[in-house]
Amino acid sequence: MVMEGNNLNADKKGYSFQQESHRHLEKGHDYLVALAGNPNTGKSTVFNALTGLHQHVGNWPGKTVARAEGYFKHMGKRYKLIDLPGTYSLHATAIDEEIARNFILFTRPDIVVVVVDSTTLERNLNLVLQVLEITDRVVICLNLIDEATRKGLKIDEKQLSFDLGVPVVPTVANAGKGLNDLVKAIAGVASGKIHTNPHHVALNPEIGKAIDEITPYVKRVAGDLPNTRWIAMRLLEGDNRIREALESGELASLAKSNQDGRRE
Amino acid sequence: MEFELSKNPGYKTLAEISPGQRAIVIELLVRGMIRHRLLDLGLLPGTEVEAVMKSPLGTPTAYRIRGSLLALRPEDASKVRVQHMHS
Repeated sequence: MVMEGNNLNADKKGYSFQQESHRHLEKGHDYLVALAGNPNTGKSTVFNALTGLHQHVGNWPGKTVARAEGYFKHMGKRYKLIDLPGTYSLHATAIDEEIARNFILFTRPDIVVVVVDSTTLERNLNLVLQVLEITDRVVICLNLIDEATRKGLKIDEKQLSFDLGVPVVPTVANAGKGLNDLVKAIAGVASGKIHTNPHHVALNPEIGKAIDEITPYVKRVAGDLPNTRWIAMRLLEGDNRIREALESGELASLAKSNQDGRRE
Repeated sequence: MEFELSKNPGYKTLAEISPGQRAIVIELLVRGMIRHRLLDLGLLPGTEVEAVMKSPLGTPTAYRIRGSLLALRPEDASKVRVQHMHS
């Protein structure tokens, strides 16, 4: 229904057989880092710049959506980086959005880097706030900051970082600018040296009460899933996809298989 | 409440805004996933929208919303109730 030159099902090639043959790349890692962001924010450019040649592209299990993963090292620690499909929100409407959502919710990476387009910051903050609802360990990559400057926009990244409660790092990924600072911020949050205090959207008290009431039932149906509160919120919104996934047991098995996949 | 408001014949939808014209979003006339999608793309009440151009076949239309261009089909644009801005 909505078209914008993005990557909805852009990759229809079936490469899943390649996943097995690249196992030699996976030598374990200290931290799992997910790259999230709206389409066209330069997310994959950030990914390529951080991982260089240490990456491979396969498919998400059972999906014809490309999955790029790679590694980088910093101060003796090994970071595994997953490039999630571009998405405007975590209310999944398309298959690639669902992949990004499930990964953040159920695989629970150590760090989520949200790459935002500095020229359309306002719209990008929607996804940022949704990610902050789920995890505390977030770094914001303020990409395309040169284009924002060219457009006459001035972004006070210190204030933004203060307001969001997580590190905000300006970058120009295609020129390699700011990436060292980005890696330092990722490492700082990963090791706990940088303490985050994410901003949460204030809920109407009645909605908060309703969520508290529903959550135990969600737990009873789905078992002890991570992020049961988040699921309760989606149920309150009338998200039928979540409701079906909960009733069919899909959510429970997703959470389990994603946790297994985390240690691969 | 939103559905009562929409019965008012005096309203316009985004689909009726021609290229070059601007409007302010009043409400979304749809529920469920499409509503979510429109909200996710930045179409909240109070948002200023400018119709920028129509594609050669007349659909979709490109709109400028919060600094980015967005193409919407008329069936989706007609779910957005707006107030026309005269400038």
